[in-house]
Amino acid sequence: MLRPRIIPCLLVHDGGLVKTVRFKDPKYVGDPINAVKIFNEKEADELVVLDIDATVQGREPNFRLIAQFAAECRMPLCYGGGIRTVEQAKRIIGLGVEKVAISAAAVADPKLISRIAEEVGSQSVVVVLDVKSSLFGKQEVWTHNGRKNSGKSPVEAAQEAEALGAGEIVINSIDRDGQMKGYDVVLATKLRAATRLPMSVLGGAGSLQDIGELIAACGVVGAAAGSFFVFKGAYRAVLISYPTQAQKDDLIRTSLPQRRGARMA
Amino acid sequence: MIKIIDYGLGNILAFQNMYKRLNVQVGLARSADDLQGASKLILPGVGAFDHAMEQLDRSGMRGPLDELVLRQQVPVLGICVGMQMLAERSDEGQLPGLGWIRGQVKGFKGLQRSDLLLPHMGWNDVHPAPGSRLFEQLRTDARFYFLHSFYFECTRPEDVAAVSNYGTEFSCAVSAGNIHGVQFHPEKSHHFGAQLLKNFAEL
Repeated sequence: MLRPRIIPCLLVHDGGLVKTVRFKDPKYVGDPINAVKIFNEKEADELVVLDIDATVQGREPNFRLIAQFAAECRMPLCYGGGIRTVEQAKRIIGLGVEKVAISAAAVADPKLISRIAEEVGSQSVVVVLDVKSSLFGKQEVWTHNGRKNSGKSPVEAAQEAEALGAGEIVINSIDRDGQMKGYDVVLATKLRAATRLPMSVLGGAGSLQDIGELIAACGVVGAAAGSFFVFKGAYRAVLISYPTQAQKDDLIRTSLPQRRGARMA
Repeated sequence: MIKIIDYGLGNILAFQNMYKRLNVQVGLARSADDLQGASKLILPGVGAFDHAMEQLDRSGMRGPLDELVLRQQVPVLGICVGMQMLAERSDEGQLPGLGWIRGQVKGFKGLQRSDLLLPHMGWNDVHPAPGSRLFEQLRTDARFYFLHSFYFECTRPEDVAAVSNYGTEFSCAVSAGNIHGVQFHPEKSHHFGAQLLKNFAEL
């Protein structure tokens, strides 16, 4: 049985590992390469690394750092931040990264998705949609760390990405970022119904129960989280954690619609 | 020495790192000369089938590989698209495959299952055929990381080394004599993958 994926998402800022709240106030939480080593030991399902400076500063991806990540990472790695050209995407895949994530560039020029997919294969192209609600509750896709409103609806953007050859969609809720009070399950369910692409959801996870709720609503999904895997306790002390294989199996058995009540193979 | 075929595709570094941790010596082969003295071969691969075949042709290693694998019976392990290249042909492309294992590569799309998310991506259970040496100590609880939309369909059932299930039961590993292939990524599958790569090194 294909399993839901539980995915730590690491944010890189000024060369360090940080965690934000609603995409603001980056708090330094440690050395990114060290974090990769810990998630290797914990056998994480997959890892997402996002450079949150590159697009905003208008600079190229940091290929040296990416090479270090790829060399260290013993699980599938998805890298995003600053990718604007096919050449950059190819170079990153060539460094040993499984998937490249594009966001701002894909929203501004959706055809870039096709051009990258033609070179590296759809399976390696991830489109990240950062979603923010307006005061009236309308949800739209924002870029540049939540500073620019694209005016596109998440469903529309996801369907466009699918049609152009993306291999995966990541839905990232800006409103829930760092809140640790649960995913936007309503948004996730809406997006799940909108495409037939694998999907990951980021923003809001604060407990295994939150991840269970997402799996119950969306089935085989990627449950990504930042704060949940780097903070411990009410005072947000930095401590990297990740569920054990037994905890993951248990969570899937009790949450996944097609497995509920069934015995794990 | 195990030689990793470096024709510009696939995560060469990940294999090197994995074998370094296993204390197994590996080298890279970028040309026919580099293939000399290979005791085993790893054929990685990602992306489109035709592109992979073209790249291999262009590397100048195609002929020497046929010689090593088919005549000298050097063990080879194809990974992901590298496994699909072992087949005679693929629905994904026009070019013929290596034809080292009888079979063809088909798309999950052809199953016409509207509930199936594509690509098949993530960790899935793998059920080895009895006696498969690649899967020694991986008989129970084996799971590996997959990332693909096409799968290998063996002509001869005895060539299936392991199956997995995604909309249909499909061969996720093939073995015919010295020729082996796995659809999943052992280099990214933690201790399960390490065990499989160790098994291959010890064949």
